[in-house]
Amino acid sequence: MTPTEQSAVASAPDIDRLANLERIWKDPSGFWGWFTHVNHRSIGKRYMVTAFAFFLAGGVLAALMRIQLSRPENHFLGPDLYNQIFTTHGSTMMFLFAVPMMFEALSVYLVPLMVGNRNICFPRLNAYSYYVYLAGGLLLYAGLFINTGPDAGWFAYVPLSGPDFTPGKRSDIWAQMITFTELSALAVAVEVIITTFKLRAPGMSLNRIPLFVWAQAIVAFMVIFAMPAVMLSSTMLLMDRTVNTHFFNPAEGGDAILYQHLFWFFGHPEVYIIFIPGTGIVSTIISTFSRRRIFGYTAILLSMVGTAFVGFGLWVHHMFATGLPQMGESFFTAASLMVVIASGTQVFCWLVTMWTGKVVLKTPMLFALAFFFVFVMGGLTGVLMASVPVDLQIHDTFFIVAHFHYVLIGGAVFPLFGALYYWMPKITGRMLSETAGKWHFWLFFIGFNMTFFPMHILGLRGMPRRVYTYSSSMHWASLNMLASAGAVFMTAAVLIFIANFFWHQKKGELAGNNPWGAATLEWATSSPPPVYNFAELPTVNGRDALWDALPNQPIVEGLDEDCRQVLVTRVMDADPDHRDEFPEATPIPFIAAIATSGFFISTIFTAKAFFPTIIVVGIVLLIWYWPRRQPSLRRKEREIWEH
Amino acid sequence: MGTLNQPRPLLDVSRTPTVVFGHRSIIWWGQSGLMAIEGTMFAIFIATYFFLRTRETDWPPGFDLPALKWGSINLALLVLSAVPNQWLKKKSEQGELGAVRIGLIAMSLIGIVNCAIRAFEFPSLNCVWDGNAYGSVTWTLLGFHTFHLVTDTCDTLVLTVIMFFTPIEGRRFEDVSVNALYWYFIIITFIATYLVIYWAPRWL
Amino acid sequence: MKRRSSFWLVVLCCGLACLVSCHGNQSALDSKGLQAARIERLWWLMFSIVVAVYLVVLGWFGTAVLRSRTRQSVQEIPPQVNVEADRRMTVVVAWAIGLTVVLLFVMLTASVRTGHAIANLSSKNPVTIDVIGHQWWWEVRYEATQADQTVVTANEIHVPVGQPVVIKTSSVDVIHSFWAPNLHGKRDLIPGYQNAVWLQADQPGTYRGQCAEFCGHQHAHMAFFVVAEPLEKFNAWLAQQVSTPAPPSDQVSKQGEQVFLSHTCVMCHTVRGNGSGGKLGPDLTHIASRMTIAAGTLPNNRGNLAGWILDSQSIKPGNKMPPNPLKPDDLNALLEYLETLK
Repeated sequence: MTPTEQSAVASAPDIDRLANLERIWKDPSGFWGWFTHVNHRSIGKRYMVTAFAFFLAGGVLAALMRIQLSRPENHFLGPDLYNQIFTTHGSTMMFLFAVPMMFEALSVYLVPLMVGNRNICFPRLNAYSYYVYLAGGLLLYAGLFINTGPDAGWFAYVPLSGPDFTPGKRSDIWAQMITFTELSALAVAVEVIITTFKLRAPGMSLNRIPLFVWAQAIVAFMVIFAMPAVMLSSTMLLMDRTVNTHFFNPAEGGDAILYQHLFWFFGHPEVYIIFIPGTGIVSTIISTFSRRRIFGYTAILLSMVGTAFVGFGLWVHHMFATGLPQMGESFFTAASLMVVIASGTQVFCWLVTMWTGKVVLKTPMLFALAFFFVFVMGGLTGVLMASVPVDLQIHDTFFIVAHFHYVLIGGAVFPLFGALYYWMPKITGRMLSETAGKWHFWLFFIGFNMTFFPMHILGLRGMPRRVYTYSSSMHWASLNMLASAGAVFMTAAVLIFIANFFWHQKKGELAGNNPWGAATLEWATSSPPPVYNFAELPTVNGRDALWDALPNQPIVEGLDEDCRQVLVTRVMDADPDHRDEFPEATPIPFIAAIATSGFFISTIFTAKAFFPTIIVVGIVLLIWYWPRRQPSLRRKEREIWEH
Repeated sequence: MGTLNQPRPLLDVSRTPTVVFGHRSIIWWGQSGLMAIEGTMFAIFIATYFFLRTRETDWPPGFDLPALKWGSINLALLVLSAVPNQWLKKKSEQGELGAVRIGLIAMSLIGIVNCAIRAFEFPSLNCVWDGNAYGSVTWTLLGFHTFHLVTDTCDTLVLTVIMFFTPIEGRRFEDVSVNALYWYFIIITFIATYLVIYWAPRWL
Repeated sequence: MKRRSSFWLVVLCCGLACLVSCHGNQSALDSKGLQAARIERLWWLMFSIVVAVYLVVLGWFGTAVLRSRTRQSVQEIPPQVNVEADRRMTVVVAWAIGLTVVLLFVMLTASVRTGHAIANLSSKNPVTIDVIGHQWWWEVRYEATQADQTVVTANEIHVPVGQPVVIKTSSVDVIHSFWAPNLHGKRDLIPGYQNAVWLQADQPGTYRGQCAEFCGHQHAHMAFFVVAEPLEKFNAWLAQQVSTPAPPSDQVSKQGEQVFLSHTCVMCHTVRGNGSGGKLGPDLTHIASRMTIAAGTLPNNRGNLAGWILDSQSIKPGNKMPPNPLKPDDLNALLEYLETLK
């Protein structure tokens, strides 16, 4: 452990020094400069805006679905268009909104700030991951707009999505969109893990890492082990469709259930990948707005880890109706119930935090508290469907649709809105309107329950999911109409949020460094932070960095400030370990993403494109890697080898 | 926190190293992340192989057993290549440029030979990817390993060129060391792939 | 206060849910069969537990917010980092987790026991029905030891009341799911697999079911009916279905039969006895005895049948049957003929 060195009196941050840091760390501005950015906050903001745009697109698709379903035997949308719309809605929300927002956007922006460093690990890879994600999303919507949207559901079961039953490029576009988005998420996962474990401020030992950062690191591990399964299932589907493999063709030894196993081995952890960041947000907001350290830090951390592990053992509960052996199914019931213990523990700890704290009901807190109404209900209906016999009745009905919207909207969207109200002052420097925030909250809460609660009843009364219409003789009409009406409230709520977002940029109250009196390190710097994040890199004295800080908490010095040098610390106690250098702005990640998109998209259309396009990708990666002479010489001159 | 005008105690990190190896290096962590991801892909491919096996009575269905010759030669070569690989890794961590250059040439040649042998392995599998599910999974599993083999061979070639023709700084030695780690990944995943493709049909 | 009122709103909705859900065809909470009844009992047990838990959590939550809330701003309240009460609270949380584990265990046990019970229905010589999924209709076959005793029909299944029957499921194209909620949970029809599910209807009646796995364009219009009837009526129905219909006797029906045989109908449909053998569409040998057409989409009457034959695409767009623009007297004759196929 490197002892803290008291030096001669340090002067106040020097204006020249800050100007120099700005010069070194700033990425070029302007139109062309945009394509060269490697700053994590710049990329993080792009992820947020893009993911939110996809959220709106998915919402529009949902509104179209609700219009079609508001009356029996409606003719607003025919079956082909409806099927494309519900598939694109689900795929958008799961692949283009939920994971990119909850995991990628929030971790890319916040984790480096919360651990007290200047940038995220592998900044160029980070930029690349954003462009790849954007390309995947654009591919999906391009398909929809030319009537080649996927139409086999967001999980695209075979044989329906296979070569025999979905002609054309529909499923191929879906499968390749998966490849884009999973590549992006995997890249960010690696970056988040390394940033969390190796780039923390000195003094931030493992047991002092903020729960939000832990949540994202845990999710990053889940991404690494879960996403390969869907990469493979979608690639196998693509190969069955383009090069005549037979992975899923029962006539030649293939198997339709194999697809389901592969997909759900990813698909179940996926929902925890979406939900665990939500719990990180709720832990953070509840702590700040109860004015006390979170109760049960260790229990919450172990719960998140437990959820992550056990979450890999639940996937068969999506397949209870397929006729698998009963004993095996019972195991998955037990595991599905067991995971409730972890979620329950977190809920109890939050309740105690509020019970023993002083609760301030600002907008971020309202959204966090909605979790208790919405997610808990969704989790409890999840308990019901963990039981095989009960699931055999409610599987593939609107009861399931209700359940997953309760857990996903309750577990992710509500906390997300809370996060946006909480962290927007840090991102833009101004406060969002509290009044508009409260209107947003109540309209959304009421509209959400109005839309999705009746679906529980519809499912119990026999309405299957993914139906473009239903008969008037089934007496499902009034509940469907109620559900559609709720969508109006939710739309109004989101529009208010968007208006609030634009309003606050001009008229919002200036935030200052720490408007919420919060504990984590992002609040130690200005709002918005400078391009170098912190004028003085902090050290940390406790779990709640700003609340536990000493009156004269040490700062880090000794990094070279004529280049983008960062401090890398040790895993356990975050002792300073060595210094590394991060890259300057460069257009290479963008160019590499274009090359990658060329490879992914052209191979949908012809296998002959495989070798030429992959060679182009290889060349661009070579240019990416190739060392630059001057920086190499400079570093060589100053280098200190490990001892 | 201290205010702007008060003296702040300092934690001086100016004497920490700038070149490190092994798990201290973030490049090592990045490579490990990649190995975790790709390793999971291999595991899932292999699980797929065995799942499909449970759906057939004969295995391989409709095709002859894969011939052992080329696969076994490649396996032997890969396993033996661990020796020069480890030597190269050690030398790179000691910063010995001359030895590293020789090691990289050797590993490049080994990689090229492995790739050439791989070209003979495919036809010797005695099946086609579009014949049935067995053919599909066998070709794809070997194909996935081939993708990694070719990639690492290219990486090694690039590093060889770099270590001869560009200014060498400590980072380049880190890259050589981490590339050697990747080569171990190639070896280990081939042991698993080899056992599944060539021996599972014989033993099961 | 606002939080209280939305809390009661939720309670009210739950109550309403219970009332509103209980009745109805195709309702999982209106069990008319042994399996569905067992599942429904388990449902009510688990539902009661989860509702109670929800109310307790909301109560705890509501009380916590009410007693702790303050109108002060965050800046006015210095944060606490060491809270005295935390020691006591650890005990509270431990008890809560313990209670959670106990309740989960109760539900696990009840679920596994119900699972065993519904899997253990069997009998010695059950009526065996093959249900084969097609896009977008149900092929129904009652196998017999002699080939000419086999019953082939579509979209309508008759079963004797009070006796276990076994449904063997498979599919010729994509995954479908057989689900008649009044009788039992669902079972997928998966190409390449054959599954078996036992059912027993305990009351006579007609129970609607619907495909419950997205299977393409007309998944929404792929329903079927299970008709549970006393054994004698069932046997009479079966005998009727086994029989080959008499050839048409009057002029118009004869002409109708000719229309059937000379148009594209025979490429997909079979009527036993007149030489047709199409296997792509439902067997029409006893079409006139069925309650509905187009997989439960329309009642089986002359007008609907006419509309379906002329242009099924306007009723079920994307289905596999092409439009048949027949001349009016051909259509009329065909309908006469089909009505003789009881």
